[in-house]
Amino acid sequence: MKHLVSTKSISRDEAIDILDVAEDMSDVAGREVPRLPALRGKTIVNLFYEDSTRTKISFEVAAKRLSADVITFSAKGSSVSKGESLKDTAQTLAAMGADAVIVRHPASGAAEVLARSSWIDAKILNAGDGTHEHPTQALLDAFTIRRRLHGDHARGHGLDGCRVTIVGDIEHSRVARSNVWLLTTLGAHVTLVAPATLLPPSVRAWPVEVAFDLDHALAAGPDVVMMLRIQAERMHESFFPTEREYSTHWGLDDVRMRRLPGNTLVMHPGPMNRGLEISSGAADSPMSTVREQVANGVSVRMAALYLLLIGNEAEVA
Amino acid sequence: MTARTVMQQADISRALTRISHEILESNRGGSDLVTLGIPTRGAVLASRIGAILESIEPGSGTVGTLDVTMYRDDLNRTLTRTPQPTRIPPSGIDGKTVVLVDDVLFSGRTVRAALDALADLGRPRAVRLAVLVDRGHRELPIRADFVGKNLPSSLAERINVRLHDVDGAEDVAIEP
Repeated sequence: MKHLVSTKSISRDEAIDILDVAEDMSDVAGREVPRLPALRGKTIVNLFYEDSTRTKISFEVAAKRLSADVITFSAKGSSVSKGESLKDTAQTLAAMGADAVIVRHPASGAAEVLARSSWIDAKILNAGDGTHEHPTQALLDAFTIRRRLHGDHARGHGLDGCRVTIVGDIEHSRVARSNVWLLTTLGAHVTLVAPATLLPPSVRAWPVEVAFDLDHALAAGPDVVMMLRIQAERMHESFFPTEREYSTHWGLDDVRMRRLPGNTLVMHPGPMNRGLEISSGAADSPMSTVREQVANGVSVRMAALYLLLIGNEAEVA
Repeated sequence: MTARTVMQQADISRALTRISHEILESNRGGSDLVTLGIPTRGAVLASRIGAILESIEPGSGTVGTLDVTMYRDDLNRTLTRTPQPTRIPPSGIDGKTVVLVDDVLFSGRTVRAALDALADLGRPRAVRLAVLVDRGHRELPIRADFVGKNLPSSLAERINVRLHDVDGAEDVAIEP
């Protein structure tokens, strides 16, 4: 792998390889010294143009567990607020010798631009670009599902035959896009459920089924229900009449939760709007994997950093 | 020139039996022994040694695997290596005598990596090294405590160890 920008270009074998390495990485967390020397001497920059708690900290922990030097850069409080362009920032980081840049940006395609440009030859990891992709979130979701399905014998497995229902704001969700590509590559069957206003027109070309009625979709007995956050910051027009109406029709409330079989996984990429797309009862139930997802995120990001930064350049395609 | 076989299957199993006895002798019994193999072939050899130890002295055959990929000093010089699982027995390695097992001892760099990996897992009372073949050419001050066969070789030669569990055949050969 040269960069990790999108899950669309990841092959099944590559995806399973990343998840298998993540299994090894997750063993490290329980050790007396939870640290590996693999990336000693490498400099990794966290370049965040958008607010983030989970992803930023998760990447930072992952890089530190691999003994890399981590520099975290937030657009607030930097020269970006003085008008510095992405290009100039990238060239500054290149001049300082960054080996990898983890970038989050409000513009779709920002990571791709960095990866393709000659501004910087560091490895680029997309940590979320606009409404385009968030590949490590999809990888950690796949890892979480695979672990719950196969337990300690997860290595080498895909997600064949697993039925995943993704509910909510598909239009603005980079998590949904990355998950659609990755989960279907791994053999899962994906159904999207959303109000018609929150589905992008391109959804017809995606390898998914589309439904509009949540109760109907849940009655079909999916293995995984993934709730997406309503992204108020990206909603500049009205997509549904009121929050209460959205919650009534498309929220995972306690009533819907009770109807789900006990072995259904309830996932949410966080941060959660409790009471809007997911009720507190659902978020804190034993069926919910929200906290596991966060823990697994560190392992998956360690695997991605390791696979990107280790190895002879000439050997890696 | 073709490959020259220097150990047959029977030689390998005799060597492992002798090594097991030597381990028990130097440890003065089988108490607090943990045998850790370095994947891939070292792990196979370790589980065989563990089985022999167990048959001689029940309770002494605790085995595990120790992956050293992340601790190698040549990570940036070779192609990407996929790490293998590390499995430490639940009783841990603190205060135990750990016997590291690998197939071929060559530069000593794998063992150096293994010692670093062990230090992150706990503090053994002692660490010993058992290898099936010692081919010389050390680059670090490391030596094996238990050796199946000393095999003086030239740097140009390749020592190829094959084991049933991994390769479907079993022998040690020198390839020019």
